Amino acid sequence: MKAKAADFLILDKETGVYKVDPEQAVRDDVEKHYWRHVMLTIAKDWRLYLMLVPMILVFLFWRYFPMYELLGCFKVSDNVLPVSQQLFSGFSYFKRLLFAGDGLSTDFWRAMRNTFLLSFYGLCFGFPIPIILALFFNEVRSNIARSVFQVLTYLPKFMSTVVMASLVMMLVKQGSLTTGMGIVSRFLSNIGLIGKDVANAGLLNNPAYFRSIYQISGIWEGAGYDSIVFFAAIIAISPTSYEAAQIDGADKWAQMRYVVLPSILSTIVIMLITRIGSLLNVGYEKVLLLYNTKTYMTADVVSTFAHRNGMGSGAGTGIAAAAEMMNNVVGMLLVIGANTIARKASNTSLY
Amino acid sequence: MKRKLEISELIFKILSYTMLCIFALCCLYPFVYAISASISGRQAVEYGSVVLFPKDIQFDAFKRMFNDNMFWNAYSNTLFLTLFGTLWSMLVAILGAYALSKKRLLFRKFFNFFLVFTMWFSAGIVPQYLNYLATKDVFNGMGIMDDKWLVVIAMGMAAMNIILLRNAFEGVPSEIEEAAIVDGATEMQVLKQVYLPMTKSTIATVALFFGISRWNGYFWARQMISNQNEHPLQVFIRLRLEQYTDPETMAGWNETYASDSVIYALIVCSIVPILIIYPFIQKYFAKGVNVGGVKE
Repeated sequence: MKAKAADFLILDKETGVYKVDPEQAVRDDVEKHYWRHVMLTIAKDWRLYLMLVPMILVFLFWRYFPMYELLGCFKVSDNVLPVSQQLFSGFSYFKRLLFAGDGLSTDFWRAMRNTFLLSFYGLCFGFPIPIILALFFNEVRSNIARSVFQVLTYLPKFMSTVVMASLVMMLVKQGSLTTGMGIVSRFLSNIGLIGKDVANAGLLNNPAYFRSIYQISGIWEGAGYDSIVFFAAIIAISPTSYEAAQIDGADKWAQMRYVVLPSILSTIVIMLITRIGSLLNVGYEKVLLLYNTKTYMTADVVSTFAHRNGMGSGAGTGIAAAAEMMNNVVGMLLVIGANTIARKASNTSLY
Repeated sequence: MKRKLEISELIFKILSYTMLCIFALCCLYPFVYAISASISGRQAVEYGSVVLFPKDIQFDAFKRMFNDNMFWNAYSNTLFLTLFGTLWSMLVAILGAYALSKKRLLFRKFFNFFLVFTMWFSAGIVPQYLNYLATKDVFNGMGIMDDKWLVVIAMGMAAMNIILLRNAFEGVPSEIEEAAIVDGATEMQVLKQVYLPMTKSTIATVALFFGISRWNGYFWARQMISNQNEHPLQVFIRLRLEQYTDPETMAGWNETYASDSVIYALIVCSIVPILIIYPFIQKYFAKGVNVGGVKE
């Protein structure tokens, strides 16, 4: 509705003339001198704004400035000059990585594929297991027994990546039967799951086993802890829902299907969005600790590719930044895409 | 009246207990094995006869570790980084989260976006590395030659933790704050005497998140701390692991215990502090996850 002049005028009863509404005058003034009022508000409330300063500085310096450094992917990389003074090189690094067809380019494609596959397998195997675990936790009626199970299954989450990777390396270590072959390799070769020579050479030196080791250690590390959020959703279900279902003659599977699943669906959707959003965000620390030159074929991901090229003696920071740029942009599109789909489909969204 | 268990429920119950037992034992086994292997004799470890319980018990591997000055050095460095890093992160996070939780804050949406965007898009490790190198130059220029301070101040911040705190602060009823302001409390007093006591458990949770991530920090510490004497425990473990699993340097190993035992001893030493405080902090972590599941 369009505002009329009369809306802002007040009739003065005594003199019979219209006067300007003083509140409107203030509103007009605020609009006219917007920034002055902003400054005045901040000055009056300066303590509150001062509190924001450390946080903004930390994020600006160590989160946003690196994003500026990332623009080095469009510049000729130079280890001496800062990004702002480097020469502009356009999309040459991207072209090189994507289409050159040389060793670097095939390495990059391999890294892209590995990144995607590691996350995708993580989604397929790592995602359902915490849900199943939460269902199992729900069956344990004794509080003490459940706490014991929970304490034991959360435990590996608190170990550092280094300790976890060290344990994995030691458990599947190379060596012969008398020179300290890892205990898990020993067990697997004894029950015939892997060959003796494979076990002797060390499972982590064999590209065929890297993905399984990565996923299994990931489940060992995180499944118990990830189940907390699903378990919280399950215990929030009212017991009357189960009772109603039981009276209607539902057996355990029917209760799962018609009571539990619909109740925890929104939690599952939220967690799924988070997982899909971080699909290209493989934990580089763990890969760096577990991989070696023999397993690049299945283990090298984009971050480690960038790490080798940008921080070691590789193809340079420009190439590395270009690789990470592609990875991160696709990753961000995934987050936004997954979120939009979830909002449309189930009115559950994360951001 | 107790309802008779349906057969399908019984099956599921048995299945649950069995699977949980198996999974819990699998989770625990590597740690038990690490402890056993660290105190077993050389032959027992190398021939694989240590499966669950230690054999030919010796403590020389631990002694070797404890006599290593570098080990104690690394331990004290980690304590330093954890203590000061957590304090610094908490200071920044509490102040920022408090300001963000106020509805009257101008440009509140923009600041929130400023924070959340870093969760969607990260620059990646190489730009971060270049950035830290530049920071290091600035710090050195200011006369701070100790790389520890770089790690403490520049690293370890997480937007997610600030959001957890902000949500907790938003949950504090505004009437209490108004009452305090009527009584003449300043902004700092409101934060200290109203908000902090009322959000104690969230603050404990976030402090633990920061503390654990500092204790476990490895990659950037290894990249940025150039002085070997300043390496934290995680870097020390990794360097020793690389040294002791290298077959060439280990060819001349002639101790009464296996070189593996030393690694296991090191692992045990680094997880013991966590194991000791773990039962007390476990409930806070469970809480943090539940709060974290619901965001804006």
